[in-house]
Amino acid sequence: MPGSLHKKHPLAIRWFHWINFPVLFMMIWSGLLIYWASDVYFVGSHKLFPQSFYQAMHIVEKGDDGKFHGRLALGMGWHFSFMWLFAVNGALYVLYTAISGEWRYLLPGRQTLNEALQVVLHDLKIRKQRLPKRKFNGAQQIAYTSVVTMGFGSLLTGIAIYKPAQFAWLTSLLGGYQVCRFIHFWLTMGYCAFFVIHILQVIRAGWNNFRAMITGYELIADETLAATEGQE
Amino acid sequence: MTTPDWPSPDDRPLESGAAAEARMRTLTRRSILWSAGAIGLSWFTIHRSATSPIAESDGIPGQLRMVLKLNEKAARGIYREDRMSPQFAASTAVELKTNGGYGLDGEIDESSHKILVRGLHNMSQAVPQDGDEPAVEITISHIKGLKPYTIVTEHKCIEGWSAVVQWKGARLRDLIVALGPATISGAEPEIYKRQNDLMPYVAMETPDGSYYVGLDMESALHAQTLLCYEMNGKPLTTEHGAPVRLAIPIKYGVKCIKRIGLIRFTRERPKDFWAERGYDWYAGL
Repeated sequence: MPGSLHKKHPLAIRWFHWINFPVLFMMIWSGLLIYWASDVYFVGSHKLFPQSFYQAMHIVEKGDDGKFHGRLALGMGWHFSFMWLFAVNGALYVLYTAISGEWRYLLPGRQTLNEALQVVLHDLKIRKQRLPKRKFNGAQQIAYTSVVTMGFGSLLTGIAIYKPAQFAWLTSLLGGYQVCRFIHFWLTMGYCAFFVIHILQVIRAGWNNFRAMITGYELIADETLAATEGQE
Repeated sequence: MTTPDWPSPDDRPLESGAAAEARMRTLTRRSILWSAGAIGLSWFTIHRSATSPIAESDGIPGQLRMVLKLNEKAARGIYREDRMSPQFAASTAVELKTNGGYGLDGEIDESSHKILVRGLHNMSQAVPQDGDEPAVEITISHIKGLKPYTIVTEHKCIEGWSAVVQWKGARLRDLIVALGPATISGAEPEIYKRQNDLMPYVAMETPDGSYYVGLDMESALHAQTLLCYEMNGKPLTTEHGAPVRLAIPIKYGVKCIKRIGLIRFTRERPKDFWAERGYDWYAGL
């Protein structure tokens, strides 16, 4: 199948993306160790995470006394170490995207909503037509812009609950200490939801698409290229 | 604004035709090698941190403790004494749950309770202590004789919950001024003019020594740091730390030591009950 190699993802963005993966994982895991100590959120009349979940995830561990103990101190230690990496990596990513012009592909535009709807219909196999050939389609633009905005939200609410006296203005602005904690937690649940969909979509998009996130180049078949040009 | 097409019509491919696939394979191989290196290095770094030796009475791996200390430096760098923990209407105060009973065994008589003080500039009033260093003794009436302040602040537990509480007591700052801590230079202490010359730390312990906290001097001198004898308009109960406890809303609740039996000004960083169990020593909010 004849094709051509096209530059898709800049080196910097690939590094930011892959660095973020273990960093965000460590933040979520240590965040869970912290949340365990005061797990106040409910779904209906049930606690959000049952004890069995904490045991399965090794959030709690059996002590010498045979009882299960949490690891809040350890969680705080990791969380307040990796927060720096999360913040710096995220800030550099946004800065790079802004300066390089890469934001043009990522930010939603006029056609985004309509296109996102087409993507959903296409993915649900309701619509057969080929999707427009873009770096990121409308659904991706919405998802990726949202997740970066969420990251900024985590950073702000994180600062607000980390230093609520020194940055009391921020904590009050965002609705108070417990409101910030609530937002901080549910943004994390949002990442988990994003992650599941992201993985499923990466799998369905296939190896060629995934490879572009590692090598930076995507191999595009000549017929695909011709077909997209025909759409214009 | 419209999203640009990709690939753009004037995009010049890196390779096309028969050579494209071969080139792609080379790029992939190279990238996978880089990835393996990066994964190995980050795994090595995280694993090394996670398994770094836990110092005696430290509770968490040494590298995490090191970061907590760096965070403390950053926090003390931006700390300003005029930043306050927000105040709330007294009507929003709630009953505080009792979360720690360390050091509260047995009854205590308020009228005869003595708080021992060590590390003063002038220790001439020190009274010999049975089997221990001499100490200046102060009573609850001493503390109640200082100007009382009432604050309604959000008590924040390190576990994550919080509760609005009304506290009444004397400013620790006023007691520090009245007592005069020792100085590094040995000169007369001047609390406001030469704060850097004061002993940099304050240690507090329960009478039996089973609960203890350490404070940095800036936080001890903060206007909202109170030696409390009333909570929500009523005298402190035993389980809340009668006859006198600390309320320090610019720190986590773990620093709000109950039933204070000892105050010591010191040059060395004091031991801290929860810091020994892996928590941040500074615990500043």
